[in-house]
Amino acid sequence: MLPELGQIALILALLVAALQAILPLIGAQRGIPAWMAIARPAAFAQFALVALAFGVLTYGFVSQDFSIKYVAINSNSLLPMVYRYTAVWGSHEGSLLLWALILSIWTAAVARFSQRLPAEVIARVLGVMGAVAFGFLAFLIFTSNPFERLLPAVAEGRDLNPLLQDPGMIIHPPMLYLGYVGFSVPFAFAIAALLDGRIDARWLRWTRPWTNVAWAFLTLGIALGSWWAYYELGWGGWWFWDPVENASFMPWLAGAALLHSQAVTEKRGSFRGWTLLLAIATFSLSLLGTFLVRSGVLTSVHAFASDPARGLFILVFLGIVIGGSLVLYALRAPSDDSGAPFNVASRETLLLANNLLLSTACAMVLLGTLYPLLADALDLGKISVGPPYFALMFMVLMAPLILLLPFGPVTRWQREQVSKPLAMLLPWGVLALLVGVAAYFLTPQSSWKVLAGVLAAVWIVVGTLRFVWTRFAQAGRQFTAEMLGMTLAHFGIAIFLVGALLTEGLSQQREVAVAQGQSVELGRYAFRFDGAERYQGPNYVGDRGTVTVFHDDAPVTVLHPEKRAYTSGGQVMTEAAIDPGFSRDLYVAMGEPLGGNSWALRVHVKPFVRWIWGGALLMMLGGLVTATDRRFARTETRRVAAGEAMETTA
Amino acid sequence: MSEPKPIVRRPLMRWAPLLVVGVLGLLLAAGVWMSRNPNREALPSPLIGKTAPAFELPVLHEAGRLFGTRDLQGAPYLLNVWGSWCPACRDEHPVLTRFAETKRVRVVGFNWNDEHADALRWLEEFGNPYWIVVTDRDSKAVIDWGIYGAPETFLVDGKGVVRWKFVGPLTDKVIADELLPKLAEIERGQ
Repeated sequence: MLPELGQIALILALLVAALQAILPLIGAQRGIPAWMAIARPAAFAQFALVALAFGVLTYGFVSQDFSIKYVAINSNSLLPMVYRYTAVWGSHEGSLLLWALILSIWTAAVARFSQRLPAEVIARVLGVMGAVAFGFLAFLIFTSNPFERLLPAVAEGRDLNPLLQDPGMIIHPPMLYLGYVGFSVPFAFAIAALLDGRIDARWLRWTRPWTNVAWAFLTLGIALGSWWAYYELGWGGWWFWDPVENASFMPWLAGAALLHSQAVTEKRGSFRGWTLLLAIATFSLSLLGTFLVRSGVLTSVHAFASDPARGLFILVFLGIVIGGSLVLYALRAPSDDSGAPFNVASRETLLLANNLLLSTACAMVLLGTLYPLLADALDLGKISVGPPYFALMFMVLMAPLILLLPFGPVTRWQREQVSKPLAMLLPWGVLALLVGVAAYFLTPQSSWKVLAGVLAAVWIVVGTLRFVWTRFAQAGRQFTAEMLGMTLAHFGIAIFLVGALLTEGLSQQREVAVAQGQSVELGRYAFRFDGAERYQGPNYVGDRGTVTVFHDDAPVTVLHPEKRAYTSGGQVMTEAAIDPGFSRDLYVAMGEPLGGNSWALRVHVKPFVRWIWGGALLMMLGGLVTATDRRFARTETRRVAAGEAMETTA
Repeated sequence: MSEPKPIVRRPLMRWAPLLVVGVLGLLLAAGVWMSRNPNREALPSPLIGKTAPAFELPVLHEAGRLFGTRDLQGAPYLLNVWGSWCPACRDEHPVLTRFAETKRVRVVGFNWNDEHADALRWLEEFGNPYWIVVTDRDSKAVIDWGIYGAPETFLVDGKGVVRWKFVGPLTDKVIADELLPKLAEIERGQ
């Protein structure tokens, strides 16, 4: 009975979404207050219904109701309790349900925290979000029903993919979706503005925290995915330029561009059309990401069973949402030259450069991701675009971005003498170069990546500190949450660069066959293999190795890498053992058993690898702190006197 | 809404994003169209055209009896990998039963990674389409055959050469479009 209740809740949610989309949008266009007033209660009702459906499916997993096909396929009676909860989003149908749930959460949050916005604005925004929800719920109900029955029930389920039986996987998809779906808020505001024909700086200011929060969650989601791949896949890598990773990275890049262009539009009125287009693009890329992962058009480590009906449905949905938005944009977008005029030497120009570089990077990732598909469609054979393309392209595009980054905050809006920011930052540039060269000669490998990483990181940190110092040195100037957020996020980039480039430049690894008692030498570290023993896990049989690590003959730690064979599907998983450290990770993974208690062993020393995720966390924190700026809560108009020096910062 | 809107020139450039997305949409549509074939990305099994790996495994319905590839020689057979734990095998079951009833070829069941009692109960409940069922509880032959899931189906000719392989549940369409032509080829002695 219960699954049918979930089913009914979903269908009701679909109807409510239709109501939420149609009535308020027409009401706002025609000026009918009663129709507009439907938006808020509909948003709350939709949230309650989708949450109920999600709760029912969760209960199906927890109570092991194998009469639900989705539960039977994605769980097993041996599955530990915590993974029964997370198995809900372990596969296609449940992932979409989670997507719908998170969309309804964001919608309800917008409905709740929008008391001070004009009725038409909020009616349009919630209406657009309702339309998106309608599309997703229809997709869920008609092509990917999670409540489909399997009657009579099977005695035993097939089990959750062992790759997903992992703590990192518990929170990775929800965080990622919080980011993806969060971009529906700026998107809905953009569409509302286009429908209305005016872009009011007040509403834009109101959306900025939402964009920041969505971007922060997306950052965290991507970082968690990368961290998970690092310790679970057993290859020691942290980013693979896999199509599914790219699918999440594209909205991140577009979102980062959007954060900056929104700041310009809100403060100076410039780039109005561009900001709207970016808001549309960011959410469209989130939808595209969902399409690429869920349609099976591209294959990757995350590949799921492909179903052309699903692919077609999402494609049509994508066409309506993106195509419709862009037609609206083409017809109604305001002209870009409407804001306050600015010189070539100004903060506006720098932020424009930031936007161009980030959008180009995003376009390059899109091209690299879809190129194999294009080649396949034109029958040019099966091609895969690998890390060399992406790495080169990123180097070329990110180098100027990093070079210009510290100039942004210290350059004035509208017009600036070129010599002033240059004089301010030049000494610090020299310092960064010296530290970089020193690092290059002090590290044994003398890799150019070390030079580039240290130079870029020091340049960003001291350049940003220079800005902070300017703010504090002059009495009477405040340091807002927005500035603190920006500072943290820019520091995050520096930390990330150290992690990424030093790991790439200085990592050492060896893969060797070892018998019990033998050692592997790696730089100043020695890894001694002390044998492996078999043990029984809850739903798998494991081989647990013991590896003692020495640094200059002094014991450092004992690691236990594992190989697990899952009982239900026979899949074998690698559990790498990692000794984390501030300046280096020691990473050991077991390969194949070679007979006679001898194993293939993969050992890595990875300097500063943790800084990659540390940097991402700082960026996330930056986004969240920015969102708390009290200025965003104000919706009254502030008089902007053109030509005056502004007391604001991006 | 109340104030009159100024008349602005709408540059053609405004349509550029739509054009880009349109081209992208065409490409994605092509991708969806190509993904109709589920095996598009699957590499053909390296076994095809080669002699099937030998196995000798216990027979499900007769305790103590072993049965293997040697006993199957001389005529083609279809090897179908299944388990009572596998919901997709349930989906496939009626299709396979209909095909087996045509008696075109011997259908050999390969019961993988299953409890003996569960397997027997499954066949009793849903019907047994198989000519004979061998059991591989400990995944002995699975690795040789490159099996990585259930259901999977292999067509082997009378000389013991693997001629065709299918991953996932069989459908009537797959049988009509792929299996039957291959079988006809074998029967013609090619």
